[in-house]
Amino acid sequence: MLLVPCPWCGPREEIEFRYGGQAGIAYPSDPEALSDEAWADFLFLRDNPKGAFAERWYHVAGCRRWFDAVRDTATYAFEPSTPPDEGDP
Amino acid sequence: MTARRTPSGGSGIDRAEPISFTFDGEEVAAFVGDTIASAILANGIEAPFRSPILGRPRGVFSAGAEEPNAFVEISEPWFEPIVAATMVDVVDGMVVGSRPGVGRLRGYAPRGRPVEHRNAHVELLVVGSGHDGFYPARDAAARGERVMLVEQHRTTERGAGGDFRAEGVTYLTRATALGLYDDGYVTVLEHADELDRLWHVRARRVILATGAFERSIAFADNDRPGVMLSHAASRYLEHGVLVGSRTVVFTAHAGAYGAASNLVAHGGEVAAIADVSGIELDPGLARDAEVLRGWVVSGTEGDRWLEAVDLEGPDGDRRTIECDSLLVSGGWDPNLALWRAIGGGLRFDDEVHAFVPTEGPPWLSVVGSAAGEVRNGAPYWFVPSEDTSRHFVDFQRDQTIADIADTVDAGLRSVEHVKRATYIGTAIDQGRTSGVITAEVVNALLGESPGWQGPSNARPPAMPVPFATLAGPFRGALFDPIRTTPMHPWHVERGAVFENVGQWKRPWFFPRDGEPMERAVERECLAVRTAVGAMDASTLGKIEVVGADAPAFLDRMYTNRMSNLAVGSIRYGLMLGLDGMVLDDGVAMRLADDRYLVTTTTGGAATVLDRFEEWLQTEWPDLHVYCTSVTEQWAVVAINGPRAREVVSAAGTDVDLSREAFPFMTWRDGHVAGVHARLARVSFSGELAYELHVPAWHGLEVWEAVMAAGAPFGIEPYGTEAMHVLRAEKGYVIVGQDTDGSVTPHDLGMDWIVNRSKGDFVGRRSLRRSDVVRPDRKQLIGLFPADGRTLLPEGAQLVPEDTGKIPMPLAGHVTSSYRSLALGRTFALAMLAGGHAMHGRTVYAPLPEGTVACTVTSPMPYDPDGERRDG
Repeated sequence: MLLVPCPWCGPREEIEFRYGGQAGIAYPSDPEALSDEAWADFLFLRDNPKGAFAERWYHVAGCRRWFDAVRDTATYAFEPSTPPDEGDP
Repeated sequence: MTARRTPSGGSGIDRAEPISFTFDGEEVAAFVGDTIASAILANGIEAPFRSPILGRPRGVFSAGAEEPNAFVEISEPWFEPIVAATMVDVVDGMVVGSRPGVGRLRGYAPRGRPVEHRNAHVELLVVGSGHDGFYPARDAAARGERVMLVEQHRTTERGAGGDFRAEGVTYLTRATALGLYDDGYVTVLEHADELDRLWHVRARRVILATGAFERSIAFADNDRPGVMLSHAASRYLEHGVLVGSRTVVFTAHAGAYGAASNLVAHGGEVAAIADVSGIELDPGLARDAEVLRGWVVSGTEGDRWLEAVDLEGPDGDRRTIECDSLLVSGGWDPNLALWRAIGGGLRFDDEVHAFVPTEGPPWLSVVGSAAGEVRNGAPYWFVPSEDTSRHFVDFQRDQTIADIADTVDAGLRSVEHVKRATYIGTAIDQGRTSGVITAEVVNALLGESPGWQGPSNARPPAMPVPFATLAGPFRGALFDPIRTTPMHPWHVERGAVFENVGQWKRPWFFPRDGEPMERAVERECLAVRTAVGAMDASTLGKIEVVGADAPAFLDRMYTNRMSNLAVGSIRYGLMLGLDGMVLDDGVAMRLADDRYLVTTTTGGAATVLDRFEEWLQTEWPDLHVYCTSVTEQWAVVAINGPRAREVVSAAGTDVDLSREAFPFMTWRDGHVAGVHARLARVSFSGELAYELHVPAWHGLEVWEAVMAAGAPFGIEPYGTEAMHVLRAEKGYVIVGQDTDGSVTPHDLGMDWIVNRSKGDFVGRRSLRRSDVVRPDRKQLIGLFPADGRTLLPEGAQLVPEDTGKIPMPLAGHVTSSYRSLALGRTFALAMLAGGHAMHGRTVYAPLPEGTVACTVTSPMPYDPDGERRDG
């Protein structure tokens, strides 16, 4: 079970969190202007790298705040995380 | 002769404390400190075990966790279906029986050991308290670190249990690390005196000092009782047991000479040492026995116990030596099961002729013999022979060298494939004595060098563990939190039958005088349609959405507009996923300009709140909105039926209940039965209805007041089943029952609730996707079976034509199906491809008992104009 580094609470058990998938995918400013393909790309397609991956996590059973963290998908090792308003990971 | 108790000695037992237990119906004497295995040996029980497939007699082969033969079922003083006899200390009065490699469950709920779970956080966890584990643990404790030391035996060989009492150390004996997981999470099972304790440990660093397992050597009839790993003989001397009167040793390395010396020192005789190691020997080592350099054991003799060993010399000479004990040692293999299961690497080391650890997680290290500090001679895995069909490799699966050769001949090369073809390593001993041999036999058969491929991977748990232990106290009422409403005691008193909705207990129906469910639901529906009924709706999810931007926020979350809702009014709302599929529904009440109360489905409350938070925190942090769950704060009494107004009035209220002053889809603040209440005119039954929202601590009191006030009007409490029937008669969907995450508002015929002029909302763009606008998507319809008495099963498939031939094209499925008193017949809701355009047509439900023809209808058969509801 991972220890997930919540930037506000510190490292906590994985079961306290919900996984939010790839970070840095902004909601389009005008979805209606997008083609079906561009919308589907936003909706369904995510990166799946081996190695460093910026992800969203939600400390649902803790402080109930979202944050981004970089995790190595091969070793599961987290890089130190920072609150979102202190810059992108 | 067989094994026997020595006249004296044995630091592991207390000869002043004789005890006894029952083994396969016979009373067996033992001392405190004996394991079941040591006691069986001490009593000279011949052939105490059987192999699981071939039924061959088997004896105790080891003194530890690697045991492949000696498995027992414990029935007293606790029940355990199967466990290695080498790992259980005898308890006075214990009742055990041999089990041939497979446990069996009893037809009743047996009494397991009491179990508790505990959590621990330490800087250092050391697995194995031998020399290599003891000192790092002691040193860390001296530095002030919190340390846990886990030892699978009762004490260690060096007696650390007696003198290891350093501050800050939790020293667990008779404890096994079951598995290592990410970031230093370790589960440890401790067999304490009174109970089993499952530890959940989070350690900053973990050291594995798990030692090494002695290798076996495969030769003909190597499974006969009396054949044993060499170090086990020394172990049993600590229990005051001499494993044989006259012993032969078969070894591939120098280490087994020590075991021979130990036996001699305790009154045993070592007839010969067959040594294939080729190592130059210290002459002192050979003083206890005749050493036969280059000789191998070619077979064993005896019936239920070893009587002689056949030996073959390097020049083909043959000898037979009478003996009652044969000790085998092929060398030592580091015990790396835990290491490998968490992803640690292995390589074959040509110096020590064994697999040793390479890279692993940064928090994990391996020390001592587990790290490869072992001394082996040149590898010697099996004695060559034309017939290897009794050269046993995996005793618990009865698999031999010949069986491995067959699978390799069949073309399998990977040990993972050989494992799955032969089942070697898949029994409950996890192949501790067979894994490396199997890999090396495969390597040799393929003409590859030793270590070309390693043993198959291991997975937790490292030792068999009963599910009951993993469950611990978290079963029955403690399995999952149970949520009940303030009115719950009333429902129980009234004999309600409950159903689980998420974690909530909700009354399903209220049977009277033992009436069956069907009758009870009919009666409850009748009351609501013709008089009045009351339902406990407290489990509805309730979220207060507060802030200057709350109106704009809700406009983005719901498909319809919430910002222009007047204070005092209520609006039904539908929420979509980004993919345009229906996620949840409920109503929004405007409490003030900057304050809404939104309700969710009972099961969807947490999901909806999380979703609100996600959008507010990650996409729209500029919005001033706060969301608070108030589900538990408000109890809700739903009063439905033509007499609902009279009941609320009779309960006593200061709110003007007239249709003009308090119309449908509005709410009013006031009092009911002397309690401050929020009254809401919403209806999920299609009848005139009031919901009373009262502070939770007044819920029971108001419920009782309503039931008393309603008695003259024939009020009935009704449960979720009647509620489902009533809403289905109106064509109201239940998200999660009629929808399944692949249904759009259009599919439900609910275009009226999608406001495309108000700007963007979550899911809006997806409603234009080409797949979402296909006309042949499954759409919600009503169904009338041709015979109004036929009740379609929910989940029944629908086909467009009754061809009678399988396969047939599927067109949809039934999502809800009920008997309706109001309609005087059965009916159903269903999702049907292109269903909106099929009203009046016939479709078929092919069922095992016959095909049912059904007429497609609008999904709103009852009071379609809503006159009753608005009354």
